[in-house]
Amino acid sequence: MSISRDDVNRIAELARLEIPEADADLLAGQLSQVLDFAATLNRLDLEGCEPTAFAPADAPLRDDAPDGRRLTPERALEGAPEGEDGFFLVPPVVENLAP
Amino acid sequence: MSDALWTLSATALAARVRSGAVAPEAAVESGWEGPAARWESDVRAMVAVDPVARAAGAKAAAGGPLQGVPVVVKDNLCTTDYTTTCASKILAGYRSPYDATVIRRLRAAGAVVTGKGNMDEFAMGSSTEYSAYGPTRNPFDLARVPGGSSGGPAAAVAYGLAPIGLGSDTGGSVRQPAAFCGVLGLKPTYGRLSRYGLVAFGSSLDQVGIFARHVGDVALIYAVLAGPDDCDATTRRAPAPDVSGWAQGVKGLRFGWPANLWQAGVDAELVEGLEEAAAWLEAAGAERVRFDFMPGEYAVATYYLVATAEASSNLARFDGVRYGFRHADSPDVRALYTRTRSAGFGPEVKRRILLGTYALSAGYYDAYYLTAQRARTRIRREHEEAFRRCDFMILPVSPTLPFRLGEKTEDPLAMYLSDIFTIGANLAGIPGLTVPVGLTAAGLPRAVQLLGPEDAEPTLLRAARALEVHGDVARLDGRHETEFAWPTKR
Amino acid sequence: MAYEAVIGLECHIQLGTRTKMFCECPAEFGAAPNSNVCPVCLGLPGALPRANRAAIDAALRLGLALGCEVRRESVFARKNYFYPDMPKNYQITQYDQPLCEGGALPVLVGDEEQGFDLIRIHVEEDTGKSFHPEKHGDRRVSRVDFNRAGVPLLELVTQPVFRQPAVCAAFLTALRRLVRWLEISDGDMEKGHLRCDANVSLRPVGQEAFGTKTEIKNLNSIKGVEKGLAAEIERQRSVLEEGGRVEQATLLYDADHDKLAVMRSKEYAHDYRYFPEPDLPLLRVSETWIAEARARVPELPWERERRFVGAYGLPAYDAAVLSQDRALADYFEQVVTTIRPEAVSRSAMPDAGGFMIVTTPVSPKAASNWVMSEALGRMKARGWSLAEWRRRVSAASLGELVRRVESRAVTGPLAKQALDAMADEGADAATVLARPEYQVRGGADELLPLVRAVIEEYPGPVSQYRGGKTATIGFLVGQVMKKSGGQAVPQTVKELLERELGGRG
Repeated sequence: MSISRDDVNRIAELARLEIPEADADLLAGQLSQVLDFAATLNRLDLEGCEPTAFAPADAPLRDDAPDGRRLTPERALEGAPEGEDGFFLVPPVVENLAP
Repeated sequence: MSDALWTLSATALAARVRSGAVAPEAAVESGWEGPAARWESDVRAMVAVDPVARAAGAKAAAGGPLQGVPVVVKDNLCTTDYTTTCASKILAGYRSPYDATVIRRLRAAGAVVTGKGNMDEFAMGSSTEYSAYGPTRNPFDLARVPGGSSGGPAAAVAYGLAPIGLGSDTGGSVRQPAAFCGVLGLKPTYGRLSRYGLVAFGSSLDQVGIFARHVGDVALIYAVLAGPDDCDATTRRAPAPDVSGWAQGVKGLRFGWPANLWQAGVDAELVEGLEEAAAWLEAAGAERVRFDFMPGEYAVATYYLVATAEASSNLARFDGVRYGFRHADSPDVRALYTRTRSAGFGPEVKRRILLGTYALSAGYYDAYYLTAQRARTRIRREHEEAFRRCDFMILPVSPTLPFRLGEKTEDPLAMYLSDIFTIGANLAGIPGLTVPVGLTAAGLPRAVQLLGPEDAEPTLLRAARALEVHGDVARLDGRHETEFAWPTKR
Repeated sequence: MAYEAVIGLECHIQLGTRTKMFCECPAEFGAAPNSNVCPVCLGLPGALPRANRAAIDAALRLGLALGCEVRRESVFARKNYFYPDMPKNYQITQYDQPLCEGGALPVLVGDEEQGFDLIRIHVEEDTGKSFHPEKHGDRRVSRVDFNRAGVPLLELVTQPVFRQPAVCAAFLTALRRLVRWLEISDGDMEKGHLRCDANVSLRPVGQEAFGTKTEIKNLNSIKGVEKGLAAEIERQRSVLEEGGRVEQATLLYDADHDKLAVMRSKEYAHDYRYFPEPDLPLLRVSETWIAEARARVPELPWERERRFVGAYGLPAYDAAVLSQDRALADYFEQVVTTIRPEAVSRSAMPDAGGFMIVTTPVSPKAASNWVMSEALGRMKARGWSLAEWRRRVSAASLGELVRRVESRAVTGPLAKQALDAMADEGADAATVLARPEYQVRGGADELLPLVRAVIEEYPGPVSQYRGGKTATIGFLVGQVMKKSGGQAVPQTVKELLERELGGRG
């Protein structure tokens, strides 16, 4: 199964990446190559193999109590590209795409 | 020369500092004054260097088993006293407000973070050529790669900047650079070292790993770092296995010999190294068990679906909103995301994000991601099956000796296939340890990989020790011996 | 063509836990921006989630109350999308294998109790808050606050079982009551602690297949839900009646203008690429935990309502009003225990703590009237919560007041005055009623002279009464009351008058 350049553009949009026209074909080729290779998995006998649930299951749930990891607003905003009065600032949302 | 502090093991160095014979500042600076002065400008192992921060760290060094010991930390582990960039432009200048758990534990034991090591961007790569800050070179041959993605810490430990390095291993990123740089590299059992503060790539595969030049040091660091962490729900609750018996020897242990894996496609000199290691282990009293094992191609295919899927999600947070790089003048938030991420991520990272997004996308989830997770279960079972017949396995780390810069960057798939022997351990969640076994005739490091079942770290360390003692671990030529001052026997 | 609306609701309940769903930041309301954040809920590199047991427990109790199947092992999943209020640009939620499935919420619709089937209930984390763009120099920017990011939410999805907006409103009211009753949330829609989105489609009456559905968001109040749904049903009806097709869309309801606005979005933009959360293990809920949580689920509001009707003979209306709130229902029940202890079954009785056993049988209806009209009315007028009211007028005290009214030891109007005094002073019934102004002149010997005096003074009305106009007795009762300074019990006066006047004429 191959990836077309339309696929590349569609996925790129989902991932918020811009792929220049010039690179789209090369990328489609490279991705296709990897995915075709990934198709070798179809040769494996996966009878009785359920998807791995990986995290070791013995971690207890957390108590509902505050602890010391909280940051002050100053620290929270320290690395902010743009912040003011305790808020992070971003350019406006144009299309309302919140689900 | 061999009295210089930087030549000492971490164990020996800490003992000197604790006894008061040596100040922590001296312990830390020794690697900078000697080896770094000679090597760093060529090797370029480090991305964050800060004499003030390391002096402060040395001054504050707690009393403990690692007092005064400098550690090179891969730049994807969060440190409050250095930037954490993951070798990416998108995190240029980023300062974490918190220390990763492993960093906290190191510091509590007295260790000092001596700087941040270079890496492939976001740990995606096998050569450290995908760093946004330029490649690191192999100290044994500056035209060759140190391996990746933890190339920086591996190279720094190899040339002597510090006796200990911390890296991360998702598909081999500690074990392979360890092999290429002639040092030990341990990937622990999944869940044994906390991932809190390790910038996530493949969450179900990532583990913090340890670089060192001595088996005893690997054991020491493991003992300090391993154990449950309340900040990481994927750590195991039971106490970590006890590795204090690392010098116990291998009498009575059985090691698996899956020779089918290296019948073709593995460098002859590496195969020689395997044979020698096997002979040493037998001489030390271990028994060889021959059997065939599942080829690694399936693991690679599985990995490049699971790891990229997880990564595509883990890297979504890098968006220019709360920290890191933000592309200027975006008219709206969507443009902000797209421009920031497109400018901030390198080509390999973008490739993997796209791959992972595709594997998870509507209509493809079952064929790709789900199938890969089922294959993963199969791979785990294969490993469990093999370990019913032996206590640990020996196999190559990489199919090739360290390759040249530029050799594989044109062909992503070829780069991915170089992980063919290391990926299985990440998928199965089991520990793997790279043990250097001398140099080739051309002076390049050779290594073997030891693989064990869950919590087999004690066994792997015992086997590594047997190789360290019985083998001529650092068969260095004259030049390297003086310049690296590598102890040949302990 | 007659169309029928088919509606399904998707509700989000913000839990009142102390800390957030996946980190220990306080989940409190109203703090300064970005002051309740940490590496985890800010989505800093390297941060990892850890699930809050109390939030799961709340979900369990809700699921058990609604009769859901509880999964012993459920899966956390990532829902991937980009938005400025999303710290990680994925939300940790549950997708396949949610914690609870099935179940139903009983709701009183008119006089009938109906059960509305649910599909599922699961646990997830809330987003931060981004504000509308505002001017910032020569640009426009939005401010973002992550205090709310990571607060625990329960998502409850119903089957498409609703047909009328008014019934949806009743469902939400019942749901709000339940989450308050279980003390898992204050269910305040204005604060956003209970949110509702709806899926609406129309189909010709009699058709089985569903029509195309649209999603309505931003329904911010119970009234808003009703009006928004009505507006959308109307909109779809017009489209269909004009021969058009309803397009799948998401619409935002603007309550201020009672209008719907279509949100533009590309088709594939909502590919959330769900996959199991690798940073969290399977959520395991043991049999012990379930049994233990079940034991902490109190008698449910509708069970209480049924018991009020069955055991106390209250009309459905009274039972509903008194059960709107658990504390109120408990208060009422404690009043009844004072006045009629044998009416309360032992197992359901709150701690009676030394209430006086009364031999006079007083009906629970009397208690109901006093709680519903007098107590609630006064609470409202004074702007008091029930907790404040109880501090001044305990259940025992109110019960004593009711008992005395019923046994005619005090007149109704005087008792109401007494209640005001009790509320304002925080004094109990016995104390207040001991005061001279509340003494009833109730004895026949005291009242008889007054009755006879009135009969003499008003021959006109008397002969009207005797002539068959029985209603005139009201006037005569009033005159006796005046003479008694309001301290006679009207019923007693009436009985005396009737006797003196020789029954009906």
